[in-house]
Amino acid sequence: MEIERHEYDVVVIGAGGAGLRAAIEARQQGKRTAIVCKSLFGKAHTVMAEGGAAAAMGNVNSDDNWMVHFRDTMRGGKFLNNWRMAELHAKEAPDRVWELEAWGALFDRTKDGKISQRNFGGHEYPRLAHVGDRTGLEMIRTLQQRVVALQQEDERLHGDAEAYIKVFAECTITRLLKDHGPAHGPGGAIAGAFGYWREHGRLILFDAPAVVLATGGIGKSYVVTSNSWEYTGDGHALALLAGAKLINMEFIQFHPTGMVWPPSVRGILVTESVRGDGGVLRNSEGRRFMFDYIPEVFKDKYATTEEEGDRWYTDQANNRRPPELLPRDEVARAINAEVKAGRGSPQGGVYLDVSTRLPAAEIVRRLPSMHHQFKELADVDITAEPMQVGPTCHYIMGGVEVDADTGAAAVPGLFAAGEVSGGMHGSNRLGGNSLSDLLVFGRRAGAGAAAYVDRLAARPSVPEESVAAARTEALAPLERSGENPYEVHQELQRTMNELVGIIRNADEVTEALEAVGKLKERARNVGAAGGRIYNPGWHLALDLRNMLLVSECVARAALLREESRGGHTRDDFPGMSAEWRRRLLVCGASPDGSAVTVEEKVQPAMRDDLITLFDRAELEKYITSEELADFDALVKE
Amino acid sequence: MSYKAKFRVWRGEGGEGRLEDFTVEVNEGEVVLDIIHRLQATQAPDLAVRWNCKAGKCGSCSMEINGKPRLGCMTRMSTFTEDETITVTPMRTFPVIKDLVTDVSFNYQKAREIPSFTPPADVKPGEYRMQQIDVERSQEFRKCIECFMCNNVCHVIRDHEENKPGFAGPRFLMRIAELDMHPYDVVDRKDAAQEEHGLGYCNITKCCTEVCPEHIKITDNALIPMKERVVDRKYDPLVWLGNKIFKRSGSKS
Repeated sequence: MEIERHEYDVVVIGAGGAGLRAAIEARQQGKRTAIVCKSLFGKAHTVMAEGGAAAAMGNVNSDDNWMVHFRDTMRGGKFLNNWRMAELHAKEAPDRVWELEAWGALFDRTKDGKISQRNFGGHEYPRLAHVGDRTGLEMIRTLQQRVVALQQEDERLHGDAEAYIKVFAECTITRLLKDHGPAHGPGGAIAGAFGYWREHGRLILFDAPAVVLATGGIGKSYVVTSNSWEYTGDGHALALLAGAKLINMEFIQFHPTGMVWPPSVRGILVTESVRGDGGVLRNSEGRRFMFDYIPEVFKDKYATTEEEGDRWYTDQANNRRPPELLPRDEVARAINAEVKAGRGSPQGGVYLDVSTRLPAAEIVRRLPSMHHQFKELADVDITAEPMQVGPTCHYIMGGVEVDADTGAAAVPGLFAAGEVSGGMHGSNRLGGNSLSDLLVFGRRAGAGAAAYVDRLAARPSVPEESVAAARTEALAPLERSGENPYEVHQELQRTMNELVGIIRNADEVTEALEAVGKLKERARNVGAAGGRIYNPGWHLALDLRNMLLVSECVARAALLREESRGGHTRDDFPGMSAEWRRRLLVCGASPDGSAVTVEEKVQPAMRDDLITLFDRAELEKYITSEELADFDALVKE
Repeated sequence: MSYKAKFRVWRGEGGEGRLEDFTVEVNEGEVVLDIIHRLQATQAPDLAVRWNCKAGKCGSCSMEINGKPRLGCMTRMSTFTEDETITVTPMRTFPVIKDLVTDVSFNYQKAREIPSFTPPADVKPGEYRMQQIDVERSQEFRKCIECFMCNNVCHVIRDHEENKPGFAGPRFLMRIAELDMHPYDVVDRKDAAQEEHGLGYCNITKCCTEVCPEHIKITDNALIPMKERVVDRKYDPLVWLGNKIFKRSGSKS
């Protein structure tokens, strides 16, 4: 069968916030750019983001600036973050948000007409630019409409709207292809990408020297997740198979508040804005239990009484914030512990109540999507009664190891941005830092890819034998009459949820690794009934390879990291270790994905002007005595 | 709590197809999309359906359930009786690719025909100042999740292929209204709305508003006000006189 072929300068895989921002940048720099996405244009998972985009614009509290944002981000990630990424992010987020406004976004406003900013967990000041609780939708639509605006410009200039930027919707990439010729270094360089059209099943080949991965996360390896079907770890797996490395894969964020009932919506997100706007968590005894779970490192930053916490909403200068607004990892563990202790709600969560905290009309105005979601899906009126919530697999901090400034991965020509990249958020991401991450590093990866193409002496070419191999791999499930892929998928989800979930230990993770090994065997034999036209069984059979590979990375790294930090909690190693803070776990894989390796790597020390933004008393809680001695010497100078 | 429901689902591709009967398990709290997924997992692995978020936020799982355009993820099974046969068909206005999946490229084509947001050249990013009350009207329209059910249900194109070239549909007429009400947009969109995008075809039957899963008042808040602006222009005697005397093109007045 014929393979459809296209030639581009930059191919962006994924059309969420990061992918679209990367593609816009590459096109604005004059590169012929393809956007390839598994869903329709404008449906990416970014639409699910509710709370907002964190950017230290200082519109609501003028004390805010990039340094405060940087500190909050590092604290939230328990100092494991790639500090250069956290720095760039904090510095550039305001410009990226303002740019959206110039492209037509309509954020909620302050009284003096600026972009309004709301409170969120872990952020010292009101910082999240938002539109009610549907900020992600506003962002995706604005970027989508910016792409259309560029296409209209190209139509005027070149008579062809798709001359410089074209969307390949409902198209899945299954392999990155490399040129191993002598001009391209020992490991080879990116030469293109291979995939299939979901609609009719025809095969497609992109010949391109630069690929930007912006495929989002991996949540579909878990049963209870806020993620959509697209989150099968495609970019993570494509990068691994192409020879790039993944870091921090043991760190997965379980969002504290997912819906727990009815069963069919279990895991769907309940925005953190509910708590940012005054909502409180209670157990079955009616107790605001978060006051019992303020960890040592945050003791001086959070209110110790309900009265103080409540006063904070109106007077932040003289009160400390309520512990419901601790970083997500802390809140998720607390809820987990309450439920395990038998103080949960009837359906296995805890109560999140905003009905006794705000007038009904105010709740509907500030949280319209939540009001709608609970009313329609659970018959619960959140203005009159509490919600039941519990942790849900929400975000992976780990991802492709990239250069902070350009988004470049270890493989020449490969770039990554957004959730699929690793490092920015350390061991735990603050709410609101994702949307801004997508914009800041989407733009940087697009620019990085464009600059790479400019520098390239010889354009890599796609070897025909790798096309043939990719073709065989893609069509294989259709030619087998093996096991139903849905069964393998469900078993993987159960395994990861139960054995590599929010609380982990060596025995269970070891058991998970054995199970994943067996599932890999079974996945090799799954078959897809039916033809090539829009066949979800076939699509899932191919996605299984990615989910299994990524799950193996998560489990292997989780087994090695013998401490608890952020999104990785080991009940056999409950403490946080200053030694482990300096160590990154780096996953690699063989080209056929059969063997996953994990290596340790030392995290580079923070630049002098950045580490001195912190107090000694705070650093003491995180860093080794050696590092502390270096800090003292530095401050003395 | 669980029971066996009777489903009739449209199956087919390439312009041919038929309703196929299924008996399938339903559990408490489930929605129609859950049942479609159960059919995929247990009886028809190649049954095609679009979906993403499963929370009414992405607008992917538009379908017709017992003849009414609905999001599969927001239609609870408890709204039907246990002995009722539930018929699920693809959106009728767009060509079927396979089963419940339709070719919605019409909508993306129309999106590209609407001139984009155009701010004044001298306002820099970061300098925008707008009052909440002034952005709220357009914000209502920007709640749109592009499920395209308003375009699907609109009688102007539902059974009239011939009207498609000259009619943007409620979704994109609303987009024009959204931009027209944007405090910083400088393009005059009134004549084009009428002449190029077919605003005049709309005779305000409000079918679009009825099916909108976001409860946007498409007709009352977008289409009727836009019609009024067009009419003000067209029948304003001063504008008419100005056009006669100076022979200006109306679109830039």
